[in-house]
Amino acid sequence: MRTENLIATLSADAKPGLAPARALAYAIAGGAALAAILFFIVLGPRPDFLHAITTIRFDFKFVVTLSLAATALILTLHLMRPDASGNRAILLLVPALLAAAIILELINVPAQDWLARWIGHNSRACMINIPLLSLLPLAAILAALRQGAPTRPGLSGAVAGLLAAGIGATFYAAHCPDDSPLFVATWYTVATAFMAGLGAFLGLRVLRW
Amino acid sequence: MAEANKPEAAAREAQWSAWMRASLTGDTGAYRMLLEALAPVLRHMAKAGLARAGAGNADAEDVVQEILLAIHLKRATWMADQPFTPWLNAIARHKLIDALRRRGRRSEVPVEDLIETLPDKTETAETSPAELSRLVDRLDGKSHAVVRAISLDGASVRDAAAKLGMSEGAVRVALHRGLRKLAVMYREAEA
Repeated sequence: MRTENLIATLSADAKPGLAPARALAYAIAGGAALAAILFFIVLGPRPDFLHAITTIRFDFKFVVTLSLAATALILTLHLMRPDASGNRAILLLVPALLAAAIILELINVPAQDWLARWIGHNSRACMINIPLLSLLPLAAILAALRQGAPTRPGLSGAVAGLLAAGIGATFYAAHCPDDSPLFVATWYTVATAFMAGLGAFLGLRVLRW
Repeated sequence: MAEANKPEAAAREAQWSAWMRASLTGDTGAYRMLLEALAPVLRHMAKAGLARAGAGNADAEDVVQEILLAIHLKRATWMADQPFTPWLNAIARHKLIDALRRRGRRSEVPVEDLIETLPDKTETAETSPAELSRLVDRLDGKSHAVVRAISLDGASVRDAAAKLGMSEGAVRVALHRGLRKLAVMYREAEA
């Protein structure tokens, strides 16, 4: 086929498709809605939720999970464009928050309680439920990324996994009875790392173009 | 030489991004002019890239067509408030490296400096490369009929709709699907 014929054909296909920001906005709204439904069916908020929201450790979990989602979102938006310019350093915000919270926790809690707070009641549920609540958001976000032009499929998939984990963990945090930063920094991080790995694995397969 | 090219490159960037902005709001004439202006630049780049990687440039036009298709399918990822040339570079570089890999060449081609150089204006496509036609033949159903009618017979969307007994909307959908499939088939041609 001559190139001029191809150009005529491309010109006939007028609609440019969804801009990355819009595709991602739909994906997050849809993914979060599905995660919310799953959350209310399977888990639900913890019984003392109304009391918990008055405690700083409970609220801090949402600072962490929403910061994770926000920083991963900013980076995902960059990675959807071929001339990606995103600065990966923003991903250090969440580890920095956690490190500061761990120090405060270790100062304020007697040493004999450290182990109990670190292990918590619920580490296994945490490591299962966060990925479970993050799976549908991850699928939606990867679908949006396919509309974009990510030139680094593995990295883009990993960051999509972080964003999905940020959404899933936000819901899970409302259910989880363990609030210590020692617990969050360990078990939420394991679950988040799993989602990042899964995202990278899937990204290498579905984000090539 | 490079000095003399600077104002010309700036004028080119302004013209390209103006056409691109117009095309994203539905101006197909501007879009066509943009693609026609990009083709020789991409041709120059593809030839130089293939030559640098030591992979003869006999099938440079295949690479040009694959890049044009990628530009087309990914054009919503260009932000109207950003310069166009870096975006174009990124797409072209990505597809060129991909094309080289499929030809068994690994190359870190610095495409940026390729696209900055102005092409020889007389450098036109003399070939009608086989790869895309072969891929079009592998499409099926409505997409095959529509892409063939428009690309080979030069039909407009309206002509194709009349000829194939489809609505114009259905022709547009089949066309877009067909183009997306073509991009996937290019990639799966990897040996």
